[in-house]
Amino acid sequence: MQQKDVLPMKTEIADKQLIVKPVITGSEAVIRSLIAEGVDTIFGYPGGAIMPIYDALYDFQDQVHHILVRHEQGATHAAQGYARSSGRVGVAFATSGPGATNLVTGLADAYMDSTPMVCITGQVAAALLGTDAFQETDVIGITMPITKWNIQVTRPEDIPDAMAKAFYIARSGRPGPVLVDITKNAQFGEFEYEYKKCEYIRSYRPVPELSNEAVAEAAALINGAKQPFILCGHGVLLAGAEKELIALAEKAQIPVASTLLGLSAVPVDHPMYVGMLGMHGNYGPNILTGECDVLIAVGMRFDDRVTGDVGSYASKAKVIHIEIDAAEINKIIKADVAVHADAKTALKALLQQVTPAEHPEWMAQFRAADKKEYDKVQHAELYPQQGELKMAEVIRLISEKTKGEAVLVTDVGQHQMVASRYYRFKNPNTNITSGGMGTMGFSLPAAMGAKKGTPEKEVVAIIGDGCFQMTLQELATIHQSQIGVKIVILNNNFLGMVRQWQQLFFDKRYSSTEMVNPDFVQVAKGFYIPGKKVSTRENISEAIDEMLAHQGAYLLEVVVEKEDNVFPMVPAGAPISAIRLE
Amino acid sequence: MQKEYTVTVYTEDRIGITNRITIIFTRRGINITSLTTAETEIPGVYKFIITVMSTREKLDKVVGQIERLIEIHRAFVHEEEEVVYQELALYKISTKSLHTGDIERLIRENHARILTITADYFVIEKTGHQQELIDFIKKLEPYGLIEYSKSGRVAIVKWSRRFHEHLKDLQAKEAVSD
Repeated sequence: MQQKDVLPMKTEIADKQLIVKPVITGSEAVIRSLIAEGVDTIFGYPGGAIMPIYDALYDFQDQVHHILVRHEQGATHAAQGYARSSGRVGVAFATSGPGATNLVTGLADAYMDSTPMVCITGQVAAALLGTDAFQETDVIGITMPITKWNIQVTRPEDIPDAMAKAFYIARSGRPGPVLVDITKNAQFGEFEYEYKKCEYIRSYRPVPELSNEAVAEAAALINGAKQPFILCGHGVLLAGAEKELIALAEKAQIPVASTLLGLSAVPVDHPMYVGMLGMHGNYGPNILTGECDVLIAVGMRFDDRVTGDVGSYASKAKVIHIEIDAAEINKIIKADVAVHADAKTALKALLQQVTPAEHPEWMAQFRAADKKEYDKVQHAELYPQQGELKMAEVIRLISEKTKGEAVLVTDVGQHQMVASRYYRFKNPNTNITSGGMGTMGFSLPAAMGAKKGTPEKEVVAIIGDGCFQMTLQELATIHQSQIGVKIVILNNNFLGMVRQWQQLFFDKRYSSTEMVNPDFVQVAKGFYIPGKKVSTRENISEAIDEMLAHQGAYLLEVVVEKEDNVFPMVPAGAPISAIRLE
Repeated sequence: MQKEYTVTVYTEDRIGITNRITIIFTRRGINITSLTTAETEIPGVYKFIITVMSTREKLDKVVGQIERLIEIHRAFVHEEEEVVYQELALYKISTKSLHTGDIERLIRENHARILTITADYFVIEKTGHQQELIDFIKKLEPYGLIEYSKSGRVAIVKWSRRFHEHLKDLQAKEAVSD
């Protein structure tokens, strides 16, 4: 490995100051820009149009670590996992054409779930744009609706500015994915490099000004509330506002429920925490949304999985909506008080004006609902004595054995809902899942990224048998880069969630949902990853211990009940008060 | 209830900005009936004037999603009575018909004017609201209309002063920071 210490320099005298700017290629400028933005890890896959950038990367291997994935989709999900666990911007590289189109799912996922990510794609030379050149695709056009911003760079001298803007936009305001498409001639071309971080774009206002009147109105509503209810969304984690939210809940004794992506912001064992919202959320938060008189929604967007039938949603409540993205306010649920602000800023201000209060009877309603759910659903799920293994008991054991402190990376489907319901999160940013998009295949690559982002933490991927087969090629990445993730496949040999819907709403017509699966342990073995298959209750505890004790990556296949259903459940489009316990 | 609205959008001058705006209408299945765009009096800031048939509720959300785009300054929805607007149409007519009927009276009464006359055709220009411009086609048809072309809407918002001041402030700030 060769280190570029001596750079060709060009000097000039400007304003009596000696300015020394190195003359470098566009490719080197890309890498130097990444370093200037504090990037230490890149997930990517090389190819023709991005080769100059990979060549430049070769000289900086001691400063930026590149993880060679096995599919570009894996690079995006890994970058997402990295961003969500560490709070830093995730970075992915891909070449033009198919490399670029393979980023689409990950970009869309990151856009829906407000994940800061910068994707860099190579592009054919500027002179060839629009000519259907080899591996040319209009990635700017394709990704326009699924990125927070994208830009095509055709000249080397425009690279630093594009990179600076990309990082600023990705991480500021409501975070999101950004794509920078760089033509090959811009990568090869030389120019005088200078990097300035971007802190302002005149048409972009990422940090709204807090309205004191709105805060005062919100505080007045809360202070007069008999049955207030806080909904904690992803925005709380993104703003780092967990402490403020908890302080508010404690001061005015307000029950807090979490959205799927808001999980881990409030510890599950916190006395004010009442569970998860949504289609497969807890009974209490769903049923009592309809009873609260003031709803305080923080950093969330009223997804249809949370609201059910919008017309009957929170019908007795005045709604306070604290949200950084103005386009989300009044989009689904009309806000009586809209606080257009960063969650931390808003909650800090609100906290000062909210008076201490107690709502013991209101809280008791939640606890009564909890008991009902526990007796009807949870107990049998968590502590079954006979029959096949249940997903919930596996999650309970993992939760107990990791003390709720692992980073839990889940995929999409039944296992995701069960894991979200039963893992007892203790620390912020330890729940990583594909929420808005519901991208099957998310968790294996996302877990790799999460482990790279927070190597000190135990990272456990919980994956369904269907999901695993969508991105299992990343086992090779895990082996090559020695990423110590624990992989748990909850195998019911079915596309479980679709099967559950078929059972409940399509007359048990199991159309294309049963899976004849490979031997997952053998598959892992082929990738040099040790593993074990468990299908009985007496062996499960020991098998989880063995997995957690293992140094490095490990795959545990758990054969679970074939036709298990996730309850409670709100039928699609029904009012959330119609939540079914069985 | 569906009716005609004018949406105005102030943007930076960037390749693809039209696409960024229009895909937001496309997502919600809203058809754009006309679109006019040009640079404003502030260099580098463009104004889009878009007419659509839709509902106020939908358009308020669309405008929020347009404003979320990085290179958009502001976007607004206007009711018919909030804007003063005009459209422009050109009509090409065979010169042979110049001498038939009373075309002079037609032009005079409709506040139109002749832009050019050649041996083969002449071109009439008329500004007004869409319906007037379409009605004028019918009046010209007996004279042998060869071609008709109409612009989108150009609109001035009755209460827009404050936003223009904001833009000028921005421009002043830019000048200082440069």
